[in-house]
Amino acid sequence: MTENGNNMVTIYVMGKKQSVPADLTIMKAMEYVGHQFRRGAGCRGGFCGACATVYRKKGSYKLQGALACQKIVEDGMIIAQIPFNPQEKKTYNINELKAEANTFLEYYPEIARCLACNTCTKACPQDIMVMDYVQAALRGDIVQGAKLSFDCLGCGLCAMRCPAEIVPYNVGQLARRLESKYVEGPTEHVLKRCEEIKEGKYDAEIEELKKMDKPTLQQKYNTREMRIK
Amino acid sequence: MNVAYYPGCTLKTTAKEFDISTKASAKALGINLVELPRWNCCGTVHALAKDDVMHHLAPLRNLLRVEEAQQSGIVDEKRVVALCAICYNTLKRSNQAFNSDSDKAGKVRESMNNEANVYSGQVEVEHLLETLRAQGWDKIQARVTKPLKGLKVAPYYGCLLLRPRGIGVDNADNPRIFEDLLKALGAEVVDFGYKQKCCGSYHTVHMVDVVADLSNRILMQAQAAGADIVATACPLCEYNLGNRQTEIGKKYPKFNGIPIVYFTQLMALAFGLGEDETALGMNKPDPRPLLRERGLM
Amino acid sequence: MYSEKQGLVLHPSPANKVFRDRVKELSGEKVELCFQCGACSSGCPMTQEMDYLPSKVIRMVQLGLDEALESKTIWVCTTCFNCEVRCPRGIDIANVMEALRQLVLRKKYDHIALDQLSDEQLRELPQVAIISSLRKLTA
Repeated sequence: MTENGNNMVTIYVMGKKQSVPADLTIMKAMEYVGHQFRRGAGCRGGFCGACATVYRKKGSYKLQGALACQKIVEDGMIIAQIPFNPQEKKTYNINELKAEANTFLEYYPEIARCLACNTCTKACPQDIMVMDYVQAALRGDIVQGAKLSFDCLGCGLCAMRCPAEIVPYNVGQLARRLESKYVEGPTEHVLKRCEEIKEGKYDAEIEELKKMDKPTLQQKYNTREMRIK
Repeated sequence: MNVAYYPGCTLKTTAKEFDISTKASAKALGINLVELPRWNCCGTVHALAKDDVMHHLAPLRNLLRVEEAQQSGIVDEKRVVALCAICYNTLKRSNQAFNSDSDKAGKVRESMNNEANVYSGQVEVEHLLETLRAQGWDKIQARVTKPLKGLKVAPYYGCLLLRPRGIGVDNADNPRIFEDLLKALGAEVVDFGYKQKCCGSYHTVHMVDVVADLSNRILMQAQAAGADIVATACPLCEYNLGNRQTEIGKKYPKFNGIPIVYFTQLMALAFGLGEDETALGMNKPDPRPLLRERGLM
Repeated sequence: MYSEKQGLVLHPSPANKVFRDRVKELSGEKVELCFQCGACSSGCPMTQEMDYLPSKVIRMVQLGLDEALESKTIWVCTTCFNCEVRCPRGIDIANVMEALRQLVLRKKYDHIALDQLSDEQLRELPQVAIISSLRKLTA
């Protein structure tokens, strides 16, 4: 159906039937019909995880998860939002943590309840293998846990669906913190460069650059050494 | 021959010595154990309620991974070897439930419908003891370079290696498999009446007192029968009979400690493998003083 | 009720029957086959901690007595299957224990609380112990 030459679709926002342009994201569509986001909106760029949304399509039993700022509306979508997930983020001091097998169990013992049912993976809008990183944490595999949870935004859809009441993204965060602090270790090249700067190794070069005129600077930039091809 | 190997969560964390010694001793026998890719926790306890579907997903997903590994050539057969007696029991029982209840199998398949493949039910679940028995005890004996001469070993089966009926690695009333292995390794086998009695299992979490009682009785019986050392195939039994000796000692002042090891560690020792591979320094209590005293280390 | 001809006759109330049938359905066990030989109880490693012996719990299920759900016994069982192996009638008593536990757990009752486990316990205990006790004893 069209309205003003636009292709329109029917969606249900919190149960209320609405007609919205077909090319809008869920977030834009909700604003189109007059909702103002005070919660559940953030970067609008698919990165902050604030706009966790669940929906069903009319005629389908499947419950699906998405980010409202990224997902384009579809005809028959029945939408509800989950702007906040009730959870307890354990406090820990990264300097006091031990990169040991049972560290995950110590802070999040509920991971022992994981059923490997994969509901979390199915709920994830980022296509992350959530069950796999929780399982990695259960085995004390810090590296896998960090690697697999890398794209996690902490949107909370997995946590809301988990039958074992685990909050996977907290576990992933702990894995990434342990991995970068204790497995990767300090970023030597960055620390070294900071030292060099403090020692004044680049001072002369910077002074020279400050005095240069635009054409010379441009020429220098165009002929700079390319290290990463 | 590449065989799929399912270590289980505990062998990767608090029972690493079981994992290390298994890989080493299997390799020495020419069995190439390949750790199952993307395995997940089996769930440890078999879901006994008849209407349960969800708790079967964890073990059956692992068996699906075995099939996938076989299809992609990583392993040669649709067979998986488990070491932890609890994992073995759970994987095997869920497999049996899947194959005997088509209704349940259908529900399980539907719940795993976002997997790339469908589980056929054709994977065979085996415990390493069964793998060894199939090889032939004479082959095991042939590989022994340092027979465990004079070492009096009490084989402790525990519960889930033998029960319930239809799942066990051997006859639940009169098992011989563990004894046969120990004989092949040159050890002196000490049979004792409590070799199949429960150690208290998961009550070690919230009823430590009870575990101390049960484990004390088992160890006392083993010692009374003349054992120097107890061998086991389950990391929970090893914890209850080993680490919990501190609690046993507190409750029963007359208790004399006795070392507990995994059967694969004894295998590695008898095959003449080094300390890195027998991993005997990781057990509590430390079995090395006894083994050194007997000239076996 | 007592009758001169028949002696003591038990007529289970409808509620008793519902409970008994539910346990049978959940466990898949034919509890009516039990003739109270006591082999299960004699092989059970945990009887010292129990208030009702395993064979008595089976009897209670047969009679539809849901007091079995309030027993200490069902929580103390370690599912070692010694009873299953011994039963001359092929009943898996451990399955019946699990069915009774499930009937309580499914009402959102936790027998052990996660937050009662100390950090030290969580660090030291083997994964299998934590996972299995949570599976068996929490909702």
